[in-house]
Amino acid sequence: MTSWNKDPVLTVEHLTMRFGGLVAIDDISFAVGRHDITALIGPNGAGKTTVFNCITGFYKPTEGMITLTAPDGERFYLERLTDHDINAEARVARTFQNIRLFPGMTVLENLMVAQHNELHRATNFTVGALLGLGNFARAESQAVDLSRYWLDRVGLLSRADEAAGDLPYGDQRRLEIARAMCTKPLLLCLDEPAAGLNARESDGLNALLYKIRETEKIAIFLIEHDMSVVMRISDHIIVLDYGKKIADGTPKHVRDDPLVIAAYLGVPEDDVTGEAKA
Amino acid sequence: MAEPGKPLGLRLKSALSDSLLTAIIAFALFSLVLGLRTEDGVTGLTLHPRPQLLAIAVGVVFAGRLLLNLFVWQAQYPLTTPFAKLFTREPFDERDKTVLGATAALGVVVFIVSAVFDAPAFELIAAAVLIFVGFGVLRRAIVHFFPDLPYAHIFIVGGILFAIFFPLTSYALEKAFHLGLPLRYWFDLSILVLTYVMLGWGLNIVVGLAGLLDLGYVAFYAVGAYTFALLATHFGLGFWICLPIAGVAAALWGVILGFPVLRLRGDYLAIVTLAFGEIIRIVLLNWTEVTNGPNGISGIPKPTFFGLPFSPFADGTTFSSFFGLKYDALHGIIFLYYVILALAFLTNLVTLRMRRLPIGRAWEAMREDEIACRSLGINTTITKLTAFATGALFGGLAGCFFATRQGFVSPESFSFIESAIILSIVVLGGMGSQLGVAIAAVVMVGGFEALRHTEGLQSIFGAGFDPALYRMLLFGIAMVGIMVWRPRGLIASRSPTIALNEAKTVSADLVRQGRG
Repeated sequence: MTSWNKDPVLTVEHLTMRFGGLVAIDDISFAVGRHDITALIGPNGAGKTTVFNCITGFYKPTEGMITLTAPDGERFYLERLTDHDINAEARVARTFQNIRLFPGMTVLENLMVAQHNELHRATNFTVGALLGLGNFARAESQAVDLSRYWLDRVGLLSRADEAAGDLPYGDQRRLEIARAMCTKPLLLCLDEPAAGLNARESDGLNALLYKIRETEKIAIFLIEHDMSVVMRISDHIIVLDYGKKIADGTPKHVRDDPLVIAAYLGVPEDDVTGEAKA
Repeated sequence: MAEPGKPLGLRLKSALSDSLLTAIIAFALFSLVLGLRTEDGVTGLTLHPRPQLLAIAVGVVFAGRLLLNLFVWQAQYPLTTPFAKLFTREPFDERDKTVLGATAALGVVVFIVSAVFDAPAFELIAAAVLIFVGFGVLRRAIVHFFPDLPYAHIFIVGGILFAIFFPLTSYALEKAFHLGLPLRYWFDLSILVLTYVMLGWGLNIVVGLAGLLDLGYVAFYAVGAYTFALLATHFGLGFWICLPIAGVAAALWGVILGFPVLRLRGDYLAIVTLAFGEIIRIVLLNWTEVTNGPNGISGIPKPTFFGLPFSPFADGTTFSSFFGLKYDALHGIIFLYYVILALAFLTNLVTLRMRRLPIGRAWEAMREDEIACRSLGINTTITKLTAFATGALFGGLAGCFFATRQGFVSPESFSFIESAIILSIVVLGGMGSQLGVAIAAVVMVGGFEALRHTEGLQSIFGAGFDPALYRMLLFGIAMVGIMVWRPRGLIASRSPTIALNEAKTVSADLVRQGRG
């Protein structure tokens, strides 16, 4: 039994997603360890983003069960929750492959929106704050402090009052991570966080992810295209190909798997199965 | 169009060919619209050609285009430069000063000559040019001597103070000096303008902040108006009790409309809200037992001043008898003015406050990216519904006021054109900008109303000319003009709701307009 099965934050069991006749994901099961960096890799069209969308509630899976276990043992069945409750209650945060910031709002505002639910409660659902009641001012200053903390972590503190759409690409990626972290997640899902970054930015991102795991004690689950990046930072790798799981294990284990090599290098299937048997 | 700086012959040639092409297009467009006129004759409709008018129109287009080509678009020094500079802070050079001076001198000469020879049309044109240049020079002078004043704030505070003191001051002046001012007309017009300011601000919540395109806003206005009208005529309730009820009723309808359309976005949302507006109007028209159908409901009471009615008859204490004043119908109108001013301010203050609360940020975030909102745990269903309900609430309050001001409501007042006017006020003003919406409402409603009273225009176009007839045409021209020069509205930049160090306005091209 591997470490991620002992105390998983997320378990996915028999997940299947069909779009009409197309089977995008076919009976996938895996676990994400509570303090691991877990990577989901695979060639284009393997179904990685579909898995992500099922976990974060943007798709309703056709079959299967997705369970998030909080540290206190409370379980959330994500396939039954709506997308915003998956963030608000089960505390799963995500970023997007094509960055989805609020471009016309400032960097700070982006982070304040991420803390909406808590702040909204502090305003007594707007009514109280309109009448000058409640402790909104204190809640807001706490929210600003949290935003400031994360801006500092991702190195954007000096640009807090600029429009998010004005930031360079790499900064936007980091801001999206900071925004997701402001929702105080147990599981952070990153959809191709290194896409479009140069080597230096990519290294910076890896360092940031390490740091987040270390200080926040949360699980990071990421999709990545580039094997070399994944091998360096992940504790646990799951490989998909054509909607099926073909490998699941440590980076070392996955790197030597003939099916993975075949999927990435395009070796004919007969050769691979023959080799595997031999 | 040729590049500036080409030899004169070439420029002239390209200018001529461009103007000719424009004239041909103008001919094609005008030939049916202006060139032919249908008249009701004995034998039915007959066509009358109007070649002179057509020729004049095409000639004006040709000459105008030629002049623009030669002196602006293809000129090395466009003649419009100094006039554009009047509204910036760029320094003037010698040429600019010469052009401005020459324009002013020409304006004065034309004005004097036309005044002497009694040609009011030229007088008016010259006056307009002089006022334009004079205003621009004055602006430049003020900016030159006080470069660092917070002009935007001065403008806003000035506008608010004007709105507060204008009726009392003008009334006091009239009473003191008997100037013969058309006060009744002024107050009625200001009340109308303020009603549209309030409606614009209300719709701005839905369209400008939340990015939900609502073409049926007038429905909530109608719900508010009819709620008050029915409660007042059936149960004898007064304005102040019915005002909150009307607001809540409209908000409720906002939620009822909101639910089925939550899944719709953009154009589809626009169509459904449009249909909703029409449904409300048609129900009001046909449900005769309750709404009295097309005849409407009359006898709606006026608001009282803390229980004191504005009435000439002394059955009980009235406003005038309580304060020992001589009865004047203007008292009631001035009071109505302050009621709608207070309602409009309430709308504005609540909106400004809500923008800085989590709900307002969620509205704007939803306009920017709805999917990202949901990934951050924001329930977009509820957020959309609150936007609809809040917008509808203010629409309902405005409707209640409308009913009490008119004393009469009928479905006629709530046609689609009202929704269109309110929406164009929001779009022209700059979606999301409170100041822009207020300016747009003043210009669109007040400006066009003021057109009725320009005798000078009648001297140009003949005595039978009624500028108000051309209201929709001017509306369209204003819309096209704004969309060409300021595609995001008069005031398009967005001011942040919170800042760590120093708030910087966000330029319009980053702000999204929302997809419903």
